[in-house]
Amino acid sequence: MEYVSAGLPGELTPRLLREPQWTDAMVDEAGIEVRDVPFVSVGGGIGSFVTVNYLRIAGVPADRIAVLSTIDHPWQTYEYLTRVSQIPRLERIRSDSSSRPDNIWGFPSYALAEAWRERTARPLLHVLGEPVFTDYWTPRAGTVFAGLARESARIGYPDMLVKGVVRMVRRRAGGGYFVILTPPAGSTATKRVAYRARFVHLAVGYPGLKFLPDLQAFRETYGDFHHVVNAYEPHEHVYEYLKTTPGTVMVRGGGIVASRVLQRLMDDRARYGLQTEIEHVFRTYVSGAHGPHIGSRRKGGHGFAYQGFNYPKSVWGGQLKARMRRLEGEQRAAEYRRMGGTNTPKRRKWQQQMRTGREAGWYRAFQGTVEEVHPGPETRLTSIVKCGDDTRKIVSDFIVDCTGLEADIADHRVLDDLLTHGGAGRNPLGRLDVERTFEVIGTASGDGAVYASGTATLGGYFPGVDTFLGLQVAAQEITDDLARRGWCDRLGLLRSTSQWIRWALGRPVEGSAAWSRS
Amino acid sequence: MVPILSGRIQTRLFLLALVGSVVTLALVPLLPGQAPLSERYGDAFVLLAAVAVLGIGWELLYHLLMQLRWEKDWPSLFGLLTGVPEGLLLWALLRAGAVPLAGSAPPGWVFAVHFGVVWLAVWLVANGPMRVPFLRWRFRGGRLV
Repeated sequence: MEYVSAGLPGELTPRLLREPQWTDAMVDEAGIEVRDVPFVSVGGGIGSFVTVNYLRIAGVPADRIAVLSTIDHPWQTYEYLTRVSQIPRLERIRSDSSSRPDNIWGFPSYALAEAWRERTARPLLHVLGEPVFTDYWTPRAGTVFAGLARESARIGYPDMLVKGVVRMVRRRAGGGYFVILTPPAGSTATKRVAYRARFVHLAVGYPGLKFLPDLQAFRETYGDFHHVVNAYEPHEHVYEYLKTTPGTVMVRGGGIVASRVLQRLMDDRARYGLQTEIEHVFRTYVSGAHGPHIGSRRKGGHGFAYQGFNYPKSVWGGQLKARMRRLEGEQRAAEYRRMGGTNTPKRRKWQQQMRTGREAGWYRAFQGTVEEVHPGPETRLTSIVKCGDDTRKIVSDFIVDCTGLEADIADHRVLDDLLTHGGAGRNPLGRLDVERTFEVIGTASGDGAVYASGTATLGGYFPGVDTFLGLQVAAQEITDDLARRGWCDRLGLLRSTSQWIRWALGRPVEGSAAWSRS
Repeated sequence: MVPILSGRIQTRLFLLALVGSVVTLALVPLLPGQAPLSERYGDAFVLLAAVAVLGIGWELLYHLLMQLRWEKDWPSLFGLLTGVPEGLLLWALLRAGAVPLAGSAPPGWVFAVHFGVVWLAVWLVANGPMRVPFLRWRFRGGRLV
């Protein structure tokens, strides 16, 4: 979609770009169309969706909410990322059974719903035995998307969605904010549209991917985007090549994405009788259980740190959540370091595949720091890897970067503007500093507030932000804060129950177009 | 729900009072007994109260055991299986006449049915339906207030 409308009126003036606070007159003088919507969510991914879902269920009408986004439906980016990182719709994601972004109650859980739908008790028995006797039960990606589609229709999400690129959020004199949107070319009379909102919610997702420095240097120096790939970009050509020619793949990283890529390589190897060899480099090689004391040990082995989900389970509601909520500054950063670190689930299938590979010698995992990658011999790549005191040259046909490094929040234009002009600051981990209510500290404007959820807020009082359940925790805190401010009703016991019944019956939430037709 | 200590205790007391009472009201008339119904109800509710009171001690123990787990979690299976030692202890105390206000111990199978059904009902409600009216409960480690 094209977002540049050359020659149209309503451009940002130098004065607007300069001033941290705008008056209505300044925006008017610039000829920018103004639309009044009290709550604006920027992003349009799952973070926006679960927040809007909460608000709608709490009784906020659809016409009081706008979601500004470049994507057509909330799971679009998530589906893209899961697909390229080797989780097609039929595969299971890494998420708890009761973490349902399409159901604020988490009941019925995905496992219960699947048991009901497929008339089998197996998912329930599986959940009963987890994580002691079985791996964690997790839902299929396709099930999650189907549920989101259903809930999206139920709350009238398409009615709230406005397509366009958000350029900035600036304070408004007199309270609230202006959110500047660049709509698709030709869709509006002015180049920019200003949403005048009392509350702004930022759920802009990952600011961008960051490559390992040596791989970035390789791509920039040799312009080779074919042999060195990031697991989060399309890289199907790697697997296709290996089906035609025996080859070696170097996998970098020890998280869930590395596990997924290994599974794909090993599945293909078994399914098509391939000769693929795998060199797996861990920067941090975990050889066994690790942790500060006997009551605080995480499982590990063969390079990996093992954990069911990306954080210890109690961050979403138990002891670690309660503890982190009380910590400030360096103490909080230290707690993040203690429980953090790259990890992956210890799934039985993966363990079996890796064991087979290790024994047969075609899967080789080791600790090392890659110092340099250069082309050759022939079309292959050579990595210079420092392993302790030794330096090894490892030759491979492809390198798949599975480290999942994230770019700095300032790489995102809206967040950068908020840090520069909006009064926002950084938390102990360098990301957006938010309150326990997820209000962005330092950005208040009169009776208005800016909230943020998702990965941009990692390092705050609540750790599990970049997860389905974490987004729901944030949505609940935001909705409760808005209720405290008197903007919406508090979602209490009776409304929660009656709304759940509507959800179970598939009936639309009041105030949506679907509801008025029903 | 991954519990914190106060959440464990609050959830136990609340669910025993609500779900435990409903189950007891429905179940006692169906169980055999010589005494008048009001007396049987009295004994059954004393048992329920004993599960609650002893439970505070049990929850302290579970909380300590949970500290040995990296994730500080409490799998739902644990919540189900802990009914066995709790039931056995209560039964032993009943037999020893160590439960204040309790009458003579009922036949073993009657005790087992009452205790088992209450335990199962509380566990089932805690593992799902509880989240419907109490939207914030699971994010607060089981705390209701």
